[in-house]
Amino acid sequence: MSVSIPAPRSQRIDPKYKRGPKSHGSFEKLAWLFMRLSGVVLIVLIFGHLFTNLMVGEGISGISFGFVAGKWAALVWRVWDLVLLWLAMLHGANGVRTIINDYAEKHATRAWLKGILYVATIFIIVLGSLVIFTFDPCVTGSELAQCL
Amino acid sequence: MSTELPEPASKIELKPGVGGGGEIPSFDITLRVRRFLPEATADAYWEDFKLTMYGTDRVLDALHKVKWEHDGSLSFRRSCAHGVCGSDAMRINGRNRLACKTLLKDLDTSKPITVEAIKGLPLEKDLIVDMEPFFQSYREIMPFLISKGHEPTKERYQSAEDHAKFDDTTKCILCAACTSSCPVFWTDGQYFGPAAIVNAHRFIFDSRDDAGDMRLEILNDKEGVWRCRTTFNCSEACPRGIQVTKAIAEVKQAILARTV
Ligand code: HEM
Ligand code: SF4
Ligand code: FES
Repeated sequence: MSVSIPAPRSQRIDPKYKRGPKSHGSFEKLAWLFMRLSGVVLIVLIFGHLFTNLMVGEGISGISFGFVAGKWAALVWRVWDLVLLWLAMLHGANGVRTIINDYAEKHATRAWLKGILYVATIFIIVLGSLVIFTFDPCVTGSELAQCL
Repeated sequence: MSTELPEPASKIELKPGVGGGGEIPSFDITLRVRRFLPEATADAYWEDFKLTMYGTDRVLDALHKVKWEHDGSLSFRRSCAHGVCGSDAMRINGRNRLACKTLLKDLDTSKPITVEAIKGLPLEKDLIVDMEPFFQSYREIMPFLISKGHEPTKERYQSAEDHAKFDDTTKCILCAACTSSCPVFWTDGQYFGPAAIVNAHRFIFDSRDDAGDMRLEILNDKEGVWRCRTTFNCSEACPRGIQVTKAIAEVKQAILARTV
């Protein structure tokens, strides 16, 4: 029994390895830079956030609806949390985008995973921003002093 | 009638029994080779060879012993057998190495020594892969001197300091150990890969070359330097000891410095 095997380099280069047209612009470069710059800012934001929430005053047992309401009465914490939300979400989403690019082997899998990632990211950023901007400490039944 | 020859000045008296081949220690090894014979089977499989080897032998010598004395169908590439040509990069005990530079005595001979083809490139037979995609990326970065202006009458002068900037990356022998050790390359083979970047680095930082910007633009691609995740597999794999990850980082910085 003889099997016919195509000549090794009859097609010169395996089509799987053919690179598409050169990418335009510098998106990947900017994404790479963004990961490092947002990372540096996130160190400050994350540890500042953890410190004020978990260490200062009553610490972790002091966290409640009232604690958040009190923090967000100050503009600086609203801005802090908003920047933290946006940077962490964009940083995390771009990190997961890279992981998908690195691990997904099929074009369709890659497109699906990234689609789900982008929808989830936008949903959380919009929802989070909405909460920070429209937060009202005086929801019905609130027992906070300024609402009575 | 014989004329007495004077004793050579360098003659050294050896004790009896010293100086023969006998004192090179020999040991038994199991060479576990990943075989792939496309004309016989569809899948690759492991095959063990029990060999008696010597302390001066390398993995390449063990492969030769198999091919010459046990199974002539075993296929692998080698040319110089001395770490110069870059033909025999393979995965030895899971790490990319040149078979001709890996001494058996430096490996754990109590366990089978595994030998496989390098990963990420199309497997053709046994330890032989199709290197064409690798060389295609190499060609794309234009690995040759491009110089504008007049050709000098004598040599193209370069100071020792200027040369030092890219001396490390001139050592590449294009063995593909780095590129085929990179997990980003394994996924889809689209990434230019460390070897192409190393060879671009060799010209980008060469003061005599004028096409650095063109090469930086080529590597600014979405499949270029930004896909590097600094896993350092390439630096660990390089048989020439090139600081591959460092070279990639220098190219990243050059792109940023010129075109932020
Ligand atoms: C403490 C502050 C942080 C710093 C300094 C930091 C820094 C970095 C850097 C430099 C990278 C790029 C790595 C590369 O290109 O190989 C990265 C990747 C990543 N980051 Fe962060 N980061 C921080 C916080 C976060 C947070 C809060 C998240 C989650 C929301 C996150 C999720 C990720 C993910 C998923 C990746 C991709 C992992 C990878 O590429 O292997 N990081 N981070
Ligand atoms: S950089 Fe080192 S490992 Fe990569 S191809 Fe050149 S010699 Fe081989
Ligand atoms: S055979 Fe030439 S480098 Fe190993």
